[in-house]
Order: sequence, then C-alpha cells, then structure tokens
Amino acid sequence: MKTNNVFFTAILMASSFLITVGSYAQDRKGPPRGGGHNPEQTKTLEEIGGYKIGDVATDFKLKNVNGNMFSLSDIKNAKGYIVVFTCNECPFAKMYENRLIALHNEYAPKGYSVIAINPNVSESNQNESYGAMQKRAKEKGFTFVYLADEGQKIAPQYGAVRTPHVFILDKERKVQYIGTIDDNARSAEDVKVKYVENAIKALEKDEKPNPSFTKAIGCPVKLAYN
Amino acid sequence: MKLQKSILLLAVSFLPLCYGFITENSELESTYLSSNEDIPIYNFESLKPLLNTNSDKVHIVNFWAMWCAPCVKELPILKEYEANNPNVEILLVSLDFPENIETKLKPFLKKKGITSKVVLLDDPDANSWIDKIDPNWSGAIPFTIIFNNKNRSYHERAFANLQDLENEINKTIKDN
Repeated sequence: MKTNNVFFTAILMASSFLITVGSYAQDRKGPPRGGGHNPEQTKTLEEIGGYKIGDVATDFKLKNVNGNMFSLSDIKNAKGYIVVFTCNECPFAKMYENRLIALHNEYAPKGYSVIAINPNVSESNQNESYGAMQKRAKEKGFTFVYLADEGQKIAPQYGAVRTPHVFILDKERKVQYIGTIDDNARSAEDVKVKYVENAIKALEKDEKPNPSFTKAIGCPVKLAYN
Repeated sequence: MKLQKSILLLAVSFLPLCYGFITENSELESTYLSSNEDIPIYNFESLKPLLNTNSDKVHIVNFWAMWCAPCVKELPILKEYEANNPNVEILLVSLDFPENIETKLKPFLKKKGITSKVVLLDDPDANSWIDKIDPNWSGAIPFTIIFNNKNRSYHERAFANLQDLENEINKTIKDN
C-alpha cells in the first residue's frame, strides 16, 4: 500500500510537471526560430532612393569620434569597405556592436574595414550627440571609426533607412551588398546565415555576393528629408 | 525497498519544480481576465492569417515597437481613430523582445491607455518574411497595413495626424 502511494505520488508529480512544461511550450507559437527561408530579395532600394547594387558610392569627409576627419580614401590598400549606418540608442544597433567589432578585427587586416556612420547624430538629442558617440565608442572599445553624419548628408545618398544598415563597397567603391549583418539580431549564437561575412568572402574570391540584398527590422533612420 | 527510496527521491526532487510552474501558471491565468494583459507571441507563419480578412470591416495592422520613437508617437492617432470608429479592427504587432513583455510592454500599454489588441512578433530572420508581407517594405517601422476583404494598402511611415490616417483609410477602402 505504501509502495503504491509513493508510486502514485511520483507519477502524479512527474506527469503534472510534464503537462505544465508541455503547456508552456505551446505558449510560444510556431516553428523554430530562424529557419531556412529564401533570403533573396526581389526589390531594390529604388523606391526609397539611394544606391543600387553596382552604383559607385560617394566618398565623404566626416568627423570621427577621435576628433579627426575621416574619408574612405584614408584607408590605404583597401580591398573594400563595410559601411554601416548605426547609432547609439537603437536596440538593434546595440545588439550588433560586438559583432561589428569582431568583423572589423577579422577583416580589416584583410583589407575590409568597418566604417560606422551615425546618421541620427544630433546635438539636441543627448543620447545621439557627438559627445555621446565618443562615450559609446570608448565604452564598447570600438576598433573601427565611428563617424558623425552631421546634417545627414551621407545617409540619404546611400539610402540608409534603418540602423544598422550595411553597404559593402568594393575597391572601386562600387556597391556590392546592401542589407543586414546576419539573420538573427537578438542572438549571435543562433545565427544561421552571416550575410556580410559571406559577401566579403565572395568579394575575396572575385565573385558577386549572393544574396546581394537583404532586409531586416531595424530602427528607422530619423530622416530629415522624409 | 531500494526502488521505493529512489522513487520517493524522484518525487521529492520534482516537487519544487512543480510548485514553481503551478504558481507561475496561476498568476498568468489571473491576468488573462483584465484587458490586454494577454500578449501572445507569434512567428510570421502564425501571424499571417491575421493579415487577411473575409470581412468588409476596416482592418489596421500596425508594426511598431517601444524602442521606435516615431511608432510611439503614432499610437495615440490609432487610438483616437479607434475611439471614433469602434467598428474598426486594430491589431498592434509589437516587435519588442519577448523578455520585455511583463516588465516593459504591459506597463507601457497600461500607461498609454492602449486597449487595441497587441501581439508580439518574434521571428528573428526578418529577411525571410518582410517581402511576404510587402515587397516594398524595407523593414523600417512603423509600418501599417490598411485592408478589408476587397482592398489593401501599405504604409512605411508614421501617420502625421488623425486626418492623415483617415485620408489613407478612405483612399484604400473605396467601395463600402
């Protein structure tokens, strides 16, 4: 009898545990995160304006967080450029900071530097001011340049609409890839496709990145020209 | 005897776990009673059916997030439209993060007095589904779909004011 009771309790406990776990699992609807869908983009940025794949991107002269002016042409022997429109405050931008540092550290020695540009820089927004940019760069130990697009002169030309928004240029500053860094902003561990890295690897082999255009949810660039 | 002991041990070790789950569950259930306290988490596939309707009622689906300043600014416009037009079906698709539902999203909605239906879209590979919603959408938010069973329009921008939203609705929903 005693044995039975213990047995019964054990089974009851175990099953109630399993049931609760089961019902929890159902709370999150749907298939595994990520998933191998077709990443190919059907649309260019034409409607928004800005560059299309193959366009020659403009160089610029923007103030870096170290106080100096910076241009793409300052990078000697560049094989290409990873131009990233990003900012201080956007949670998506923040989630990618470490990945940008890793990208730069890996690929700058190979000729592909990360060039971060803040299109939302504004002295009236204390979180996106030049001073706040300097602070963020120091805190995070940015190994790449972090430039202030004051007066938003560059972002509209490129067609940056969200942060982070990546434009990979080749040696001739021809746009070879536009889009997102990888397929999982929230969790670097769960990334399945590293779009930017794949694009650079393609360029290194003298191939065209495929896909060359991807989309992502991101913070809207506060476009003055909107 | 040995078996009995190990079963007892097993049962005892499950005990705290069970209680943990049970208490958490009952807390959840009790909150279902008040309005907009249940914020379900969807992925794109489970959200998709909500982007279409058989009804001729005006439907508005707005993609937004608490971290998106223009989105937050736009919410009162949708709220006002809903107050003036109780027949409209408004769905706010939040792109906030699931871990913030309890601590940030619910308090935020309460503070703003938002009673429209809110769901949270958690599907990280956005590149795979943005085009399926609208190939013209870049992925920036706010993004709004106005539709009924006959007509449909997409808006990758924030509505400036109530008049702006009403104009877009009138332009979209022509024949009812």
